[in-house]
Amino acid sequence: MKQLMSFIRKEFYHILRDKPTMLILLGIPIIQIILFGYALTTEVKNTQVAVFVPTNDEATQRIVEKINASAYFDVVKYIHSSKEIQPTFNDAKAKLVVVFEDHFAQNLRRTGSAHVQLIADATDPNAATSFTFYASNIIASYQKELMAESKNPYQIIPEVKMLYNPQMIGAYNFVPGVLGMIMLLICAMMTSIAIVREKEMGTMEVLLVSPMKPIYTILSKITPYFVLSCVNFITIMLLSVYALKVPIAGSFLSLVVVSLLYIFVSLALGLLVSTLTSSQQAAMLISGMGLMIPVMLLSGMIFPIENMPIALQWFSKIIPARWYISAVKSIMIQGLGITSVLKEVSVLGFMSLVLVAISLKKFKVRLE
Amino acid sequence: MDNIQIQNTSKVIVAEQLTKTFGHFTAVDNISFEVEKGEIFGFLGANGAGKTTAMRMLCGLSIPTSGKGFVAGFDIYKQPELVKKNIGYMSQKFSLYDDLKVWENIELFGGIYGMKDKEIRLKTDELMHILNFENERNKLVGSLPLGFKQKLAFSVSIFHNPQVVFLDEPTGGVDPITRRQFWELIYDATSKGITVFVTTHYMDEAEYCDRVSIMVDGRIEALDSPKNLKMHFDAKNMDEVFQQLARKAKRVDS
Repeated sequence: MKQLMSFIRKEFYHILRDKPTMLILLGIPIIQIILFGYALTTEVKNTQVAVFVPTNDEATQRIVEKINASAYFDVVKYIHSSKEIQPTFNDAKAKLVVVFEDHFAQNLRRTGSAHVQLIADATDPNAATSFTFYASNIIASYQKELMAESKNPYQIIPEVKMLYNPQMIGAYNFVPGVLGMIMLLICAMMTSIAIVREKEMGTMEVLLVSPMKPIYTILSKITPYFVLSCVNFITIMLLSVYALKVPIAGSFLSLVVVSLLYIFVSLALGLLVSTLTSSQQAAMLISGMGLMIPVMLLSGMIFPIENMPIALQWFSKIIPARWYISAVKSIMIQGLGITSVLKEVSVLGFMSLVLVAISLKKFKVRLE
Repeated sequence: MDNIQIQNTSKVIVAEQLTKTFGHFTAVDNISFEVEKGEIFGFLGANGAGKTTAMRMLCGLSIPTSGKGFVAGFDIYKQPELVKKNIGYMSQKFSLYDDLKVWENIELFGGIYGMKDKEIRLKTDELMHILNFENERNKLVGSLPLGFKQKLAFSVSIFHNPQVVFLDEPTGGVDPITRRQFWELIYDATSKGITVFVTTHYMDEAEYCDRVSIMVDGRIEALDSPKNLKMHFDAKNMDEVFQQLARKAKRVDS
């Protein structure tokens, strides 16, 4: 125990003395959350709108005026045939096209209902969700006004159509995504680099010759990064709840349990990388290229898995972050209990067992 | 008979036909030797001659393919943990942590070898005094000159008072004066009864050893005191002895 304690203390010295790295590790989640949360998302002010009005009447005029008056939209173009819709998007002249049906006001008066189509460029899905939502609200408010004026029930049915990204990733998708990435960065990448550094410096040899048990060496290497991950987990949670107003809909405890499991998997991955490499650069490359990029591209964090070719969908199944992100989404955003993420939990559990088994075995082999 | 008995217990390192093969390559080929307590045993050989592999087997880092070995009275094959407790080790790469302070390094290794806090504190004070390091105690090791670091690394490797200390080319890259001082530390250690097993490629250092073995292509080609070796090979110094033997080597770097 004394052995372990002196060793863990040493690991903390390493990290605390390397101030730049520590600042980066603690700062990354904050920067990422702020970037994803504010800079990169739904800047919907002055979204450019094109309007297609086949029959110009009082109702369509009012709606178009209301849309134009709102701070969110600028009506920049009137188009005169449905053929123009697609080119309008292509020229990037508009992000949203509002298409009224023929004889809109007439239909509304006679049948009490009329259709309007909102066609959105969903290349940026977060923005698209927001502005179609605002547009629907504006239309709904017009409908309310009409209802107030007369006793007839009027119904305007907005029909939302997302172009280019029909699946629509949820607006808060990135919080689980950032969690998944940061944990992996710290646990896998930093752990592997820390272990490989000992090899590179030659101090690993001294440790292996000492009576220190290999498992102790591993444990004490892992401990500080484990603590760091927990700090980051808490930072991300606080930021997302208080700064981004993404509530934790489900149980916080289940979230913690799933996260601990994921941290464990990441640590095991880091350990594995460290046994496969003998230089810090190699460790960084493997964890960077081999772990970070698949996580960003294939975990569903940025691109929806459902849109991928089948082969990549299969490949994404071996990426731990995919399962973690999916579990966090269910718990945090959808508010489901731990029982509904049993599949994710068991996959992660299985992965951690396999990884730990392989890396412990590898670590022993290297001793000889 | 009595005499033999005493001799046996005073042997701190015993290698009996130690062999290590990697696939078809025999790194260490059937070597046998004994090292007495308190002796300075020089382990010489060109790069790739197999000295590091042999030393790794004796430290319990590598399991011999065949043969037997005893270090500090323990079987390297069956009791590697006990061997590790009773040896010190200093590698050719620098073996302390640059980003830890002098005393933190000492404390760490003391802790790893299971020493008591109080003992560590007392011995640290003593060591700082002997090395004249009192002003450096709180400095980061990385900020010290190489000679200082190496002296410190050696002192740390014998801090837990091991029976044997293995030094793997400990003086690489150090100037002759510091090397001289370093050897004074080694002599000090032997006067406390610590056996020193040292690999080196500086032939002037070979002269400081009590006995020297020279490895060529995985085998021990010569083993005796420097004086006897020079006589036997009719050489002026150890460098000539080494040149005569190393010329026979068939393998270059491995």
